[in-house]
Amino acid sequence: MDRYLRIEDVGMTFETKNGSFVALERIDLNVKKGEFVSLIGHSGCGKSTLLNLVAGLIDPTEGGILLAEREIAGPGPDRGVVFQNHSLLPWLTCFDNVYLAVERVFSDKKNILKERTHKALAMVGLTAAEEKYPHEISGGMKQRVGIARALAIEPKMLLLDEPFGALDALTRANLQDELLKIVDKTGATVLMVTHDVDEAVLLSDHIVMMTNGPAARIGGILEVDLPRPRERLALAGERRYIELRTTVMDFLYRKQLKQAA
Amino acid sequence: MSAVPVSAVTVVPMRAAAATSGPHPAAAALAARADAVKAAKPTATGYRRARAPEWAMQLFAMLAGIVAFIALWEIVARQGGRIPGPAVVWKAAVTIFSDPFYSKGPNDQGIGWNVLSSLKRVGIGFGLAAIVGIPLGFMIGRFKFLSDMAAPIIAMLKPVSPLAWLPIGLLLFKAANPAAIYVIFVCSLWPMIVNTAVGVRQIPQDYLNVARVLNLSEWKVFTTILFPAVLPYMITGVRLSIGVAWLVIVAAEMLTGGVGIGFWVWDEWNNLKVEHIIIAIFTIGIVGLLLEQALVLLAKRFSYN
Ligand SMILES: Nc1ncnc2c1ncn2[C@@H]1O[C@H](COP(=O)(O)OP(=O)(O)OP(=O)(O)O)[C@@H](O)[C@H]1O
Ligand SMILES: [Mg+2]
Repeated sequence: MDRYLRIEDVGMTFETKNGSFVALERIDLNVKKGEFVSLIGHSGCGKSTLLNLVAGLIDPTEGGILLAEREIAGPGPDRGVVFQNHSLLPWLTCFDNVYLAVERVFSDKKNILKERTHKALAMVGLTAAEEKYPHEISGGMKQRVGIARALAIEPKMLLLDEPFGALDALTRANLQDELLKIVDKTGATVLMVTHDVDEAVLLSDHIVMMTNGPAARIGGILEVDLPRPRERLALAGERRYIELRTTVMDFLYRKQLKQAA
Repeated sequence: MSAVPVSAVTVVPMRAAAATSGPHPAAAALAARADAVKAAKPTATGYRRARAPEWAMQLFAMLAGIVAFIALWEIVARQGGRIPGPAVVWKAAVTIFSDPFYSKGPNDQGIGWNVLSSLKRVGIGFGLAAIVGIPLGFMIGRFKFLSDMAAPIIAMLKPVSPLAWLPIGLLLFKAANPAAIYVIFVCSLWPMIVNTAVGVRQIPQDYLNVARVLNLSEWKVFTTILFPAVLPYMITGVRLSIGVAWLVIVAAEMLTGGVGIGFWVWDEWNNLKVEHIIIAIFTIGIVGLLLEQALVLLAKRFSYN
């Protein structure tokens, strides 16, 4: 399928106390099945808004979004969402947080559901922390539980909102590598918000660069033609990697900052 | 509006004791405090030098306060008024508490029976208030229209002294006991509704988004998200209600009569047994304290993070 996710002429206007606020304007974007696409842009440009539109948490004021030929009408478990701030329920253990999602989506017997939950947590390396509560684990571990929760329901599409944003560089690198492996293994279609250039280049097939808000638009789409599997260390010195990186940096820090000033 | 789920009155570290589920909440609270005192020593190992004096100072301050209070009382008593001194009251208390559960007819029962009947009234009135108030609070918190509807009524009725409702209760039920229960019901209702509603409104959008993304059923949303998220607020409502209810029952019973600690106070006043009134004051205070502590423990048990 060539156009698995189709975002067609989408605009988003928020009604606020001080009148209307146009967050997004005329967004057009197609994502192929199995593709990994990053949204990058300055803070407040509307990345989360676009992701929430695809998640179905908000409705576009203009245009429409289709997933696998069907219009998105509200949220649903065919899209796994990892929220910007993990959003684990503090009164449930890590296991139960994931189980909640698994139980909703699959209608297997209880022991099979549990098996799935164990597997999802094992995939992000959290088997030892299953019975812990969110406040008993580190920020990186919480984020991994969030990812496990989204992956466990085997969604058609994975929506990640700055999944590693709040983490230190080391943890971040580890989780990026893990995500790469998981995505390779499951072949999931991914839309990920980030403001980290290296992360975008390392993980994506395409990088969608957004202009500054208000009325943010897509400023350019960059194809990342680096072969997979990608190796963080090997890439760092490669010419093509540096070129791509520079292109994104140039967009963000020259074109967009100038425009904003 | 008090939206803070955990009281600041906590005196001892309660974390270790949170799981205690004794037969009686007051007993559990006592046991918990004993545990906590025992636990204080081993847990302080790393900071023994820094912490032991602080802990001792606190105990010392508490004892000093009690001693000062008794001394002041003794001085006041010696001024020749009709206030009995601590020694007299102590002697009377020993007599009273040596047989708290005697029963010589409806108007002459031991202090234990009186306290229990008051607690029973509070329990019933308060339980009814919970049954009505918590669901109402949920609905008011969830639907803006209902909230706008209820806001002026609650705002107007909340400051009314619960005792003002007593005549209505007597009119409705034509008996003292249900009227007293009804007063408790009314005064417990507002904090319960208001705190539950506040709790529902405070649920982070993130949690609700999780529910929406998974398309959870309304029932599942209620049991796994709304209820646990609101529970700490509900317990705060319960705590405030119980405090008020315990204040009000004494006054209500003075007016309605029957068996109960409030009535007992009035009866002893008619008998001019001032030392018994003082005993009653201490008893009411201690029971109130135990109720509060039990709920603080409960709140600890259900607070996250
Ligand atoms: N519900 C809303 N009502 C009004 N304005 C909103 C709402 N949600 C977002 N906005 C506005 O839309 C713009 C885009 O917000 P969004 O959260 O999508 O930014 P972002 O790109 O994700 O930023 P960040 O990188 O900081 O997360 C912001 O200016 C924000 O103030
Ligand atoms: Mg965002």
